[in-house]
Amino acid sequence: MNKVEQTSKPRRAVREELIAFRNVNLDLGGRKILQDIDLAVGKGEFLCIVGPSGCGKTSMLRLIAGLFHVSKGEVLYRGKPVTKPRQDIAIVFQDYGKALLPWRTAAGNISLALEATDAPKAQREMRIAELLDKIGLTDHADKFPGQLSGGMQQRLQMARCLAQEPAVLLMDEPFGALDALTRQALQDEVLSIVAGSGTTVVFVTHDLEEAIYLGDRVIGLCPNPGRISAAFEVDLARPRDQLTTPEQPEFLRLRRELFDFIKEVETHEVLA
Amino acid sequence: MSSGAAPRSRFDWRGFVVPVLLVITAQVAAVVTHLQSDSLAAPSEILVAGIEALMDGTVLRATRDTLIMALSGLAIGVAVGLFLGLLLGLSRIADRLMEFSIEAFRPIPSVALIPVAMLVYGFGYRMEISIVAFATAWPMLLFTRSAVGSIEPRLVEVSRALGFGVLARVWKIILPAALPRIFVAFRLAVGIALIVAVTVEIAANPYGLGYTMMVAQQSLRPGLMFAILIWIGLIGWFLNALMIWAQHRLFGPAAMTAVQL
Repeated sequence: MNKVEQTSKPRRAVREELIAFRNVNLDLGGRKILQDIDLAVGKGEFLCIVGPSGCGKTSMLRLIAGLFHVSKGEVLYRGKPVTKPRQDIAIVFQDYGKALLPWRTAAGNISLALEATDAPKAQREMRIAELLDKIGLTDHADKFPGQLSGGMQQRLQMARCLAQEPAVLLMDEPFGALDALTRQALQDEVLSIVAGSGTTVVFVTHDLEEAIYLGDRVIGLCPNPGRISAAFEVDLARPRDQLTTPEQPEFLRLRRELFDFIKEVETHEVLA
Repeated sequence: MSSGAAPRSRFDWRGFVVPVLLVITAQVAAVVTHLQSDSLAAPSEILVAGIEALMDGTVLRATRDTLIMALSGLAIGVAVGLFLGLLLGLSRIADRLMEFSIEAFRPIPSVALIPVAMLVYGFGYRMEISIVAFATAWPMLLFTRSAVGSIEPRLVEVSRALGFGVLARVWKIILPAALPRIFVAFRLAVGIALIVAVTVEIAANPYGLGYTMMVAQQSLRPGLMFAILIWIGLIGWFLNALMIWAQHRLFGPAAMTAVQL
C-alpha cells in the first residue's frame, strides 16, 4: 500500500478546471463503489483512467454524464453540480452494438443526436454528411448498424457523440472489443479530432499502453471500493505516433510504473 | 443478421396432397354409402350449399357483421392493451399497483363474460365488441409490458444521455425497439379476435357467421354448416397471411430476427 502512495506526484499543467470530483462516494445496491474521490479535470485535458475491473472506472464516467448520482460529495461541471445528462457532455459506450439503434441507418443514428437539439431540420442533412465524412463512413450512410463492421459501428457511435458538439467526451473502454489495427486507427482518429477542437476527454481503459499513448494524465484506481491510488503525468510530445511514441524512454518509464502499480494493486487484492 | 431471409413464397404442391386426398376420399365414401345424414355432408353438397349461401348474400352479410365486431373489438383491445402495456413497462410504480389486479382478472375466460355483457348491452354489436376487446387486450398488454421492460438498457441510457424527454424517448427509442415483439402480440390478438367473435355468436349473439352456422345446424343443413365452417377457416387464414405480409413489409431486413414466431 505504501508503495502505491509514493508513486509519482503529478506536475499539474495549469488548466482551467472543467470537471471536479469533491470527496465523492457512490453506493449502488448497498455496495460501496467509489470512496472519497477527489479529482479535477482541466479544460482541454485528455485524462485516462485505468484500473482492474470492478474498480469503478465506468461509474466515474456515468457520474460525470449525469446517469448516476453521488451518494456523498459532489461532481461539478463548470463549477455547478451535475444533476442530469446534458447536451455538451457526450458518452461513447464500449458495447457499440447495443448503443446504436438497429432499426436506423448510419445516417439515422447520427440524426438521433441532432433530433435531441434545437438544430433546425434543414441543417441536419448537412451536419450528418459532414460527420459521416469526418469519420469516413460517407459510403455507408444508408447501411444499418448490423451491416457494419465493429470498427465502423464504433466510428458511427463516435460520430453520433460528435453531433452533440460536446465540450466533454466520455469514453468507456471504447476500443476494447476491436482488433489491434482498428484500435490504433481509431486512437489516432480520436487524437486528431480532439486536437482540432479542444475537447476535454475522460477515457476509461484497461489497456495501459493505450492510456499512456492517448493521455495527458493517467490516473489509477484500486478496487473495493474504488479509490484513486496513483496519478501519472504523461510528458510526451504531440502529435503522437503509433511507431515512435512507444519507443521513447519516457513512454517506457511510464509503462513500467503503470505495470508496477497494477501489479501492486492486484497482489494487494489477493492478500486482502 | 444482415440477410433479409425471403419469406417461403414459392408454391409447393406437396402441401396440398393430403387435403386433396381427404376430400376425394370423403366424396367417394359419400357416394359409395349413399350418404343420407343430418350431421355429415358430402364435399359436393358443401360446395353447392356454400355457393348458394354466397350468392344469396347470407354469408356475406354474416361475414360483414362478424368482421365489423371482431375488428372493432380488436381495435379497442389493442389500443387499451398497448397503452397499459407501455405504462406498466415504463413505470415501476404503475406496475406494482396493477400487478395484483391484472393477475386476478386475466384468468377469467373471455367467453365467461357473455352473460355480463348481455346484461349490460343486450344482443348486438356492442356486446360482442366488448368481449373481443377484453380478450385481445391481454396479449397486447402482457407482450408490450415485457417488450418494454426488456429493452436493451444501453439504448435507454443513450436516450437519457441525449436528454430526450419521456415522450421523445417512447416515440424514438422504446416503441421502435419493442415494435417487433408488439407486432407478434398483434398477430396473436387478430387470431383471438376472430375466435372470440365466432364463439360469442355461437353461444349467444344472433348475428354473424357463428350464428348463421348455428342456424344451419339447428335446421339440419350440414352442407351449409360445413360450408360456413370452411369459410371461417378461410377468413382466419387470410387474416394471418395478411399479418405475415405486413410483418415482412414493416420489419424487413432490419429487424426480422426478433419476430420469428
